[in-house]
Amino acid sequence: MVLSKAVQSESDISLHSTFASRYVRAVLPRFKMPDNSIPKEAAYQIINDELMLDGNPRLNLASFVTTWMEPECNDLMMAAINKNYVDMDEYPVTTELQNRCVNMIAHLFNAPLGDSETAVGVGTVGSSEAIMLAGLAFKRKWQNKMRAEGKPFDKPNIVTGANVQVCWEKFARYFEVELKEVKLSEGYYVMDPEKAVELVDENTICVAAILGSTLNGEFEDVKRLNDLLVEKNTETGWDTPIHVDAASGGFIAPFLYPELEWDFRLPLVKSINVSGHKYGLVYAGIGWAVWRSKEDLPDELIFHINYLGADQPTFTLNFSKGSSQVIAQYYQLIRLGFEGYKCIMENCQENAMVLKEGLEKTERFNIISKDNGVPLVAFSLKDHSQHNEFEISDMLRRFGWIVPAYTMPPDAQHVTVLRVVIREDFSRTLAERLVNDISKVLHELDTLPAKLNAKKEVSEENGVVSAETDLERQKKITDAWRKFVADKKKTSGVC
Amino acid sequence: MVISSTIADYDQNLHSTFASRYVRTSLPRFKMPDQPIPKDAAYQIISDELMLDGNPRLNLASFVTTWMEPECDKLIMSSINKNYVDMDEYPVTTELQNRCVNMIARLFHAPMGEDDTAVGVGTVGSSEAIMLAGLAFKRKWQAKRKSQGKTCDNPNIVTGSNVQVCWEKFARYFEVELKEVKVKEGYYVMDPVKAVELVDENTICVAAILGSTMTGEFEDVKLLNELLTKKNEETGWDVPIHVDAASGGFVAPFLYPDLEWDFQLPLVKSINVSGHKYGLVYAGVGWVVWRTKDDLPDELVFHINYLGSDQPTFTLNFSKGSSQIIAQYYQFIRLGFEGYKNVMKNCNGNVMVLKEGLEKTGRFNIISKDVGIPLLAFSLKDSSRYTVFDISESLRRFGWIIPAYTMPPDAQHISVLRVVIREDFSHSLADRLIADIVKVVNEMEDAQSAASMSRARNGTPSDDSTREMQRGITKYWRRFVQGKKTSSVC
Repeated sequence: MVLSKAVQSESDISLHSTFASRYVRAVLPRFKMPDNSIPKEAAYQIINDELMLDGNPRLNLASFVTTWMEPECNDLMMAAINKNYVDMDEYPVTTELQNRCVNMIAHLFNAPLGDSETAVGVGTVGSSEAIMLAGLAFKRKWQNKMRAEGKPFDKPNIVTGANVQVCWEKFARYFEVELKEVKLSEGYYVMDPEKAVELVDENTICVAAILGSTLNGEFEDVKRLNDLLVEKNTETGWDTPIHVDAASGGFIAPFLYPELEWDFRLPLVKSINVSGHKYGLVYAGIGWAVWRSKEDLPDELIFHINYLGADQPTFTLNFSKGSSQVIAQYYQLIRLGFEGYKCIMENCQENAMVLKEGLEKTERFNIISKDNGVPLVAFSLKDHSQHNEFEISDMLRRFGWIVPAYTMPPDAQHVTVLRVVIREDFSRTLAERLVNDISKVLHELDTLPAKLNAKKEVSEENGVVSAETDLERQKKITDAWRKFVADKKKTSGVC
Repeated sequence: MVISSTIADYDQNLHSTFASRYVRTSLPRFKMPDQPIPKDAAYQIISDELMLDGNPRLNLASFVTTWMEPECDKLIMSSINKNYVDMDEYPVTTELQNRCVNMIARLFHAPMGEDDTAVGVGTVGSSEAIMLAGLAFKRKWQAKRKSQGKTCDNPNIVTGSNVQVCWEKFARYFEVELKEVKVKEGYYVMDPVKAVELVDENTICVAAILGSTMTGEFEDVKLLNELLTKKNEETGWDVPIHVDAASGGFVAPFLYPDLEWDFQLPLVKSINVSGHKYGLVYAGVGWVVWRTKDDLPDELVFHINYLGSDQPTFTLNFSKGSSQIIAQYYQFIRLGFEGYKNVMKNCNGNVMVLKEGLEKTGRFNIISKDVGIPLLAFSLKDSSRYTVFDISESLRRFGWIIPAYTMPPDAQHISVLRVVIREDFSHSLADRLIADIVKVVNEMEDAQSAASMSRARNGTPSDDSTREMQRGITKYWRRFVQGKKTSSVC
């Protein structure tokens, strides 16, 4: 005979199945730290379950940021997760890996370095920090120069296109530099070098060109900018430099377009930033800033501390941070080599073409992005009378795809585009599937307004009918959505 | 009969990297290699080199967390590919950040109703948090001065010379003057009286530190608040306080709940705390909380739409990983108030063990106070024959990383050793550390006495005696290094 015992208050601890434990029945504390601890399995399960409702990173076609790395690299990252990067004295190898990455990137960008010269650069948390550091260096150099010439230096400005990423606006606002933006126009969605050079005055600390515009992936003509700016500098005697924001393009152009002159080969380019976590193929959290030479980075911006054990120079906005991404970047650089990166970029380009051709076949879209540039496809509807891009974006979400729709910056705000970014982990099959789903969405959208328009005509004739029309219209729309959702269940393959 | 054939591309087939070509050729250092290599080789090469890094858990210099539960490691790994800034795509992760901000704000007694949402943000660390807070103060001050028709081109910030380097960075990068209250021997934090004296109409805020980097001491924020309130009344200026609670923010509420240092004091407008110090998360997360919406000027917040929908952003960094935010939330709900309290009490207990052990040697002065961050800062009673720097170097041979450094002005003549007690520094490790310190000190004493004996024997120092002294010292060091075989480091 089995003696059964009533399990007392330890039942919460004994029952390892969190789905039957008290902790899932009680509401999760939201705004106040809970008083008591809970078992670690329960904590893990609770958070894991809630996070299931986040989007799937790999289907987020809005982002340039890497969403897949090899398992070997994941292992390396996990092993380094408890290394605080800033402890240069304690982790000399990790620091050395950063230096190697900086040098490799500087050489990739044709920095004028001798064989045994070390490059000037630093790893950052992303291009935002890199841009702020570069901007700071320009601002300080310019201030020193103006001070030496006895001129006022309280009104620095920076010249850039209206298509800049938000971090330039942040830099301008936080560091009190005026932002002089070259407006875009329909059909020309990047900074026009001529207009940019016109805007340059003696208070300009630098002109920022973008290699790989966020909105449509285009490369700005840095060479032309350099040539025009050299002319202006010669005329005026100002020494206005160029910074290239190569956040996306820096790891594309050297592999796909090696003849394109955009980097340190142009004499006025003094610093470049690139995101390791975009086409550098590393997870979010790493960027790089490289300067042409020591002279371009004023000494006074570098700090020396000793309370971690030995003298450590530091020039970043962030101090403590993880080491994993720096190690991962080094892994990618030696794992893939030049050849490997080239193959990946070529592959992305081809998938972009597959997508582009599929979209062109529908004959409903204008392709806004150029072939040369970051592998992405930006497109807008030819006909806006019935629906707009935002509706397409919404409907695609139901399939699991995140494809953003947004308006262009001034002066092209009337143009709306959808943008699909092709990353390494977006395969050809996914591209074909996406084209399929977009066609489906178009088809569904076509059925909707046709009925709406008919009802609209009726209601205009007899004003009395309008109430009924509304109800009927609602019913029609609900039916269409129900059918839509039913279809989706069969075909979508999302997590 | 086995037919043997030569394997043409044997590099691919030989999975053992230790026999493959890739370990024989030297690793490319400064230029990207032309060709790819197999992933296992890449992994092995990097992994092998990294073995020469220090062991994070033996780094007693750092406050930053070096151990988390495996469950949390799992969560971290599964969210490693989530770009935190995609608020639209990852609404749950964004929600977790908001919950953390609210929990922390309430922990710091922010004046909020039950249903109010706190004003704050997650950052990459306290550096970013401090820069954001400083920016907010600068902007508020400028707006006020402009409306009064006064000049706003000379802002300054008052703080102690014991500040962490990020305040100096903030001052230099954002062009704010740093007015430092000098510390002095025996008083290693900012003196509130002197601080308030330095305040003038261009002061954008006074920064107090809860948990000084050097000695772990808490500054007297309450006294500062009182004195500053008085000065504000006299002058009509509205100078606020910022508390840099990078280390102390997750210690004081649990160990010293009656200490008034946070939003309970009316002049405290913002507080920063490092999630990756006593928040018990790996490096890469900090928090800044403002008292109310009014303390964060609207113009500093940006709205973007190209990731899909309107997203407000107020941080210096944009794209970054989500893992640490999720880990912070994990710690909050896993440990709860009581769990954090237990961890902090344990750390304090271990500090006492270490302190008593060192006091027993009779050779050290304890510089750190009992109330403060769980760390121990100590100096030598007699530094004439060997210094704390020598001790620090010798301890490295055992595997311990214990930094020695000089105090900031005006106490630069004082040098200390500092041991930070983190959650993963156990009682037995403390005992071992004491034993090793005793060993090191004894070795130094012996080496010194041998040298001085040989000097005494020969009267005037001559070439011979110098050489003998050198030999004696070398002998002891050699024995010392060989004794190192017993150390058990990574």
